[in-house]
Amino acid sequence: MHELGIVFHIIKQVRQVAEQNGATHVSKVVMNIGEVSTVVPYYLEDCWKWAVEKEDMMKGCELEILTIDALTHCDSCNCSYPTVANGKICPRCGSDRTWLERGNEVEIKEIEVI
Amino acid sequence: MDPVKVIEIKKSVFDDNNADAQKLRNELKHKGVYLLNLMSSPGSGKTTTLVRTINLIKDAIRVAVMEADIDSDVDAIRIKEATGVESIQLHTGGMCHLDAEMTRQGLGNLSLSETDLVILENVGNLVCPAEFDTGSCCNVMILSVPEGDDKPLKYPLMFSVCDLVLINKTDVMPYFDFDLEKCKANIHLRNPRATVIPVCAKTGEGIDVFAQWIIDQVAAWKER
Repeated sequence: MHELGIVFHIIKQVRQVAEQNGATHVSKVVMNIGEVSTVVPYYLEDCWKWAVEKEDMMKGCELEILTIDALTHCDSCNCSYPTVANGKICPRCGSDRTWLERGNEVEIKEIEVI
Repeated sequence: MDPVKVIEIKKSVFDDNNADAQKLRNELKHKGVYLLNLMSSPGSGKTTTLVRTINLIKDAIRVAVMEADIDSDVDAIRIKEATGVESIQLHTGGMCHLDAEMTRQGLGNLSLSETDLVILENVGNLVCPAEFDTGSCCNVMILSVPEGDDKPLKYPLMFSVCDLVLINKTDVMPYFDFDLEKCKANIHLRNPRATVIPVCAKTGEGIDVFAQWIIDQVAAWKER
């Protein structure tokens, strides 16, 4: 359900860019999806297949998902570590003064148009 | 056939909604209307808390309510009957959250010139509403005791976007393994700035603190 709302936002933005570039059809959309973005790629693809068929200029449009690994930075010992395996607490020094460096992306990378 | 052209976009999907939300906040600021976005799980006591709170503040400030649900209008009717304030129901058409555009459409159905505070009761859900900025001036969430003190760890985004967390149903705390101090620590681990107020919508405990918090926020919004 969450993914459906995101798909509607993607389609809206892609359509705008395609129209600005005088394109008649969008054949592919490439997305950067962070590991901890809360977007489930499988659901996104499912919603995608349903939603693009309702858009004239996006019928059959392919969705490619690139996964971005999540990294957290620790301010206490100035290191970066994988977020999914370790969470909020730094595995090196045990500090909680940490912040997400990357992995939260829900980003349209590029599109292919005709 | 025409050659395929690649256009680089490199833009977050949420950018448009975030910009739209900021625009809506500016419009509300101009009108002197404060929008409070209330989020929680289903069954945490949002509507009961609202009824109690509105009855405490409605003589001091003019309140209106927007109830967002996937279907039905039971909440909007209940608010109207129990408080007498203007209350409308928004249907999300199957979607699990509201975005800025849906919120703007809802606000269009209220008499904003006669309102100081609009409370948006978002769809009951701890995941999706946190992703979409509604254009609200603050985010409040309710965590009820039966849900457990570990929820801030399981739904970090929701807790990190909230200005205020109400811990509701404190009357049943003895029957659940709920550690209030541990819960506060879990919330502050995600969001050191969040204010936490324990309340019980059934007995009214703590509702006066929440009511005063709202009145102060609305006054500051109108002054700034």
